[in-house]
Amino acid sequence: MFDSLSDRLQNTIDNLRGKGRLTEDDINVAMREIRMALLEADVNYKVVKDFVAKCKEKCLTSEVLDSLTPSQNVVRIVLDQLTELLGTTESKLTLAPNRTPNVIMLVGLQGSGKTTAASKLAYLLKGQEHKPLLAACDTHRPAAADQLETLGKEIGVPVYRGDGKDAVKVAKESIQYAVDCMNDIVIVDTAGRLQIDEEMMQEAVNIRDAVRPDQILMVVDAMTGQDIVNVVQTFSERVNFDGVIMSKLDGDARGGGALSVRAVTGKPIKFVSMGEKPDSLEVFHPDRMAKRILGMGDVIGIIEQAEKTADEQSLEDAQRMLREGFTMDDMLTEMQQIRKMGGVKKIISSLPGGDKMLKQVGNIEDEKGLKKVESMIYSMTKEERARPKLINGQRRKRIAAGSGHTVQEVNQLLKQWSEMNKMMGKMRQMSQNVGGGGKRHGKGKNRNNSKAQVRQLQAMMRQAQMGGMGGAPQGGNRAARRHRY
Amino acid sequence: MAKKKKNFFGRLKSGLSRSREALNELFYMGGEVDESFWEDLEDTLVMGDMGAEVSMQVSDDLHEQAAKENLKTAPQLREALAKRLAEVFPQVEYDPFEESPSVVLFVGINGAGKTTTVGKLAAAAKQEGKSVLIGGADTFRAAAIEQLDVWGRRADVPIVTRERGADPAAVCYDVCDRAKKEGIDLTLIDTAGRLHTSPELMRELQKIARVTRKRSSAPVSVVLVIDATTGQNGLLQAKEFNDALDVDGLIVTKLDGTAKGGIAVAIAHELKLPIYRIGVGEGIDDFQPFDALDFCRALVGENEGKV
Repeated sequence: MFDSLSDRLQNTIDNLRGKGRLTEDDINVAMREIRMALLEADVNYKVVKDFVAKCKEKCLTSEVLDSLTPSQNVVRIVLDQLTELLGTTESKLTLAPNRTPNVIMLVGLQGSGKTTAASKLAYLLKGQEHKPLLAACDTHRPAAADQLETLGKEIGVPVYRGDGKDAVKVAKESIQYAVDCMNDIVIVDTAGRLQIDEEMMQEAVNIRDAVRPDQILMVVDAMTGQDIVNVVQTFSERVNFDGVIMSKLDGDARGGGALSVRAVTGKPIKFVSMGEKPDSLEVFHPDRMAKRILGMGDVIGIIEQAEKTADEQSLEDAQRMLREGFTMDDMLTEMQQIRKMGGVKKIISSLPGGDKMLKQVGNIEDEKGLKKVESMIYSMTKEERARPKLINGQRRKRIAAGSGHTVQEVNQLLKQWSEMNKMMGKMRQMSQNVGGGGKRHGKGKNRNNSKAQVRQLQAMMRQAQMGGMGGAPQGGNRAARRHRY
Repeated sequence: MAKKKKNFFGRLKSGLSRSREALNELFYMGGEVDESFWEDLEDTLVMGDMGAEVSMQVSDDLHEQAAKENLKTAPQLREALAKRLAEVFPQVEYDPFEESPSVVLFVGINGAGKTTTVGKLAAAAKQEGKSVLIGGADTFRAAAIEQLDVWGRRADVPIVTRERGADPAAVCYDVCDRAKKEGIDLTLIDTAGRLHTSPELMRELQKIARVTRKRSSAPVSVVLVIDATTGQNGLLQAKEFNDALDVDGLIVTKLDGTAKGGIAVAIAHELKLPIYRIGVGEGIDDFQPFDALDFCRALVGENEGKV
């Protein structure tokens, strides 16, 4: 992975230490790093040039040059500037209040994710007490309408298909259909088209003119490279869209295209799409996007993710753990959770400075260690898993033989468990003190309190696990699914 | 002009004491191309998604080469660069679309164009008179099977698949069996698009490849489909897919747009993977064999007038 910008800048500026004062040349060196970081993130090179020039101007003030921590100041300025350019958090769809149905139209290149975005948008609107209708106006790609219909069925939103031949006609009819069926919003999914395909671009214009959408959203793949400016420019000129949905941000693309789009067309990013599930259309946060583009870790995203995963189930688990102690099964679940998230490595590398840390620690073979622990726990009886204290010398031997490991390795696992269990004991005491012996005070009487407990608990477990990371890699944090933007 | 002249003589002086290369450098600096050419070249390369670092490296190397080989004019320089870049691409030694019998597994991220590629290549092979079979192992995406079905009917090629949600590896098992039984020349298997950052889905894909390789009697090639508009993330994608699956080669799609697909250079170079085909249009026979030199000529920019 790329070094994060702050690490790189730190290195550059470390070399300049002892100089007392930074000069313009030093700033130039720093700007070079920023330029490279932005280009690596696929920001268009013309946009990069303008952006860096602007940043440089700001960095040349005495405030920065004379400060004790110039590198941090430079990073802050770049980050602020980038955040500002990326726009506001306002992910609102502007719909005409006195028009029924409202119309939203989606456009974009082939494979950018329009159909998926259409269904996600419908799901979102449905959650806001709307009655959306999906119009399948992609009459070119085979089975595109089938795809939309399947997705529509899954989220319980009707789909209008028409004759599936003339996109303009289908779009027009869908409006009438919406009126008949009392749908208040029509989402028009169109075919993917290249911006240089005159015939197809004209079709998009024709659809637009036929249905006069309140909002036209362009779906842009976060992985798109430099060519994005040509694409959005033409789409902006021809179809004049109102905003952008960035798709596939659940990958590790840095998404510099977002900046290019803003800079070239001035249109806001309204939503980001983060996965395969219908509820993965999210509000756009310029500050996080800025950090992502610069390759800096996103702590807020991780925390948020942790809160999201601390769902009802894990809440109950945590309460049970407090009540009855920490079992081997709990340990296994924790570890599997980590595996699902892509392993300790991924989690660490999404933290600020994480890449650097990983390099220092060397390779963490999480996959292997996980399998090892898994096989050992699976070699235990149910009773042993619930009460690991039962495991005496003979049982250890049996477990070792059963899982194909040595007794020492089983001992190691047991030691880890006992550390964690100790933590849990402390936690139990604490919660009793704080809650006034409140564990019997009715189930879930105070959700906020227990949620805070869960987080505390998780933090402690994480500590305990990270401590023993040298051998078997744990580090159980239910957070951080890959790189959050 | 005066400034340039002074510069020229100044350089000449130091150049005399150095090597012949330095002398040559002056000649084209003062002659046909100037600094703006180099800047322009670098921008063109970056714009083609070659990556900033690679672009600068390449342009620096060209500086040297120009001095050695006495290249002066812009077309000469561009041609030299195109030739050098073209050498980065490994030759196609085994073309899975020419050999028979052959089984090809298509993998890639969402929206790269796998299904369309399978459909078009199946049609083209059928037209050549080969017996073709399509495997629909994308049992995840809504209507992926239906989409493939339409392609199959258009091309008059049979499809082996299962219902949505079925185990894709099981589909591959069936496909391989049928291909063997009927002595199929070319078997094309479509898989579900997935992000390389999803460990679970990558494991699923590993299983698919394992089953296919084990079950098939014909040689199996794993082909990564890459969208030409992809930026620097393409390299990460290719690396992850290659690590997981041992990819045999690439297909670059959507080259009919304005994207130049420069990331393919980085991928080919880094992973030593050949490019089997490129997708250049909407029609059914729009997949062409890859010509490295043509591709690189487009990448380094227009060549006004031949050398």
